[in-house]
Amino acid sequence: MTDAAPVLEVEDLHKSFGEIEVLKGISLTANRGDVIAMLGSSGSGKSTFLRCLNLLETPNSGKVSVQGETIRMGLKRGLPAATDRRQVERIRTRLAMVFQGFNLWSHMTVLENVVEAPIHVLGLGRAEAMERAETLLNKVGIWERRDYYPAHMSGGQQQRAAIARALAMNPDVLLFDEPTSALDPELVGEVLTVMRDLAEEGRTMIVVTHEMGFARDVASEVVFLHQGQIEEQGPPGQVFKNPRSDRFRQFLARTRE
Amino acid sequence: MDQVVAYLPSILNGTLVTIALALLSLALAVALGLLGAWAKLSDNPGANRLGAAYTTLIRGIPALVMMLLLFYGGQEIVNRVGSATGLWEYYEIDHFTAGVFVVGFIMGAYYTETFRGAYLSIPRGQIEAATACGMTPPLIFRRIVWPQLVRYALPGFTNNWLVHLKETALVSVLGLEELVRESFVAGRSTRQLFTFIFVALVIYLILTALSETGLRWLDRRYSRGVRRA
Repeated sequence: MTDAAPVLEVEDLHKSFGEIEVLKGISLTANRGDVIAMLGSSGSGKSTFLRCLNLLETPNSGKVSVQGETIRMGLKRGLPAATDRRQVERIRTRLAMVFQGFNLWSHMTVLENVVEAPIHVLGLGRAEAMERAETLLNKVGIWERRDYYPAHMSGGQQQRAAIARALAMNPDVLLFDEPTSALDPELVGEVLTVMRDLAEEGRTMIVVTHEMGFARDVASEVVFLHQGQIEEQGPPGQVFKNPRSDRFRQFLARTRE
Repeated sequence: MDQVVAYLPSILNGTLVTIALALLSLALAVALGLLGAWAKLSDNPGANRLGAAYTTLIRGIPALVMMLLLFYGGQEIVNRVGSATGLWEYYEIDHFTAGVFVVGFIMGAYYTETFRGAYLSIPRGQIEAATACGMTPPLIFRRIVWPQLVRYALPGFTNNWLVHLKETALVSVLGLEELVRESFVAGRSTRQLFTFIFVALVIYLILTALSETGLRWLDRRYSRGVRRA
């Protein structure tokens, strides 16, 4: 937990599904307060990359370190696997994820969703967890809906609840996997507003997204993936004005239509 | 009517045997069902095959045939093992124990499919979200999977249970003095078969109606977040 170490460091990450290599050596560093927007057309590997960070997918090779602590990888029955399950579970509590499909637990109210992991994983007391949850639900603007079940809320409200659930872990990094892609257009704004606020607070965020406006205005760094490789990388001001890669230029032209 | 009253104690006794048989075999069947579902869903190919063999075999054979086979076959195996090892001369499995095992074993295959289907109904993403929070697999099972498994399994479970409860009547063939057999014996000795079979029918209806009420209550309880009253 030294201040000198980047919050998140990824080195030469490779991932294959069967014969198909989806990630061909990705390296990335996130320092405290960085907001990294990951762009790319579907199939570019950006979601897979994000899912490799908290080991929802097991990378074939490469290194992932959080706060200077590297996830120990090895082989299990000839396949790449994390060697220390407890370490992975501990690191996962430091990396909170927000999913495209919200993935709220449908048998629990919003409040129950938000206090679940703090109580049962972090070992927080119920009263403290409740207090934290109410503050966060207030912050994402759905405090009034705290006793609703996910099925009774709009997509935008569900996603904001999912963001509150992620924040309740008090994580070092927030991972967003296309958080607005499943939303009706008129609901995208409310979720982006919350994410903007988080960026302004200085949260470290990695955001896989199709929202160019968000990447341009909020991100501190933009990474463009193409066929499992980084094609373009840099501050938004630079990469959007002077893209070096032809593919990124084409991608931008297509998304402007 | 007098005769019904005279035979009522033995019929009620038979009813208790039926209930005990149904509940004990339910415990076994649910355990086998969860185990079977786990086997069929697991990554282990051996477990997959075992689970598939279990459900295919049991569900493909009439329960009565399976029961006679298991009971008389089981009896023979027990005695062969006894004489081969010299540990016991002759052992007769009592009908109640046999009934519990046979009905439990048969119905377990049906619960396996119910639980497997219910597990598959739980959105994968919810389990991923739990994993991403750092939850351990046992915690995920207890907090996220189980409550939803119960909810999704209940309609199929209710259906299975009604079949299960009635399936216990088959054990009367083995001579177990449960509801059907007691009623039949009473009907034969009083030459009022119709009356006594009708009594059995009413008792079965009461048992199934009570079951449905209880299960509907459970269903409401576990449907939180789906359709709220």
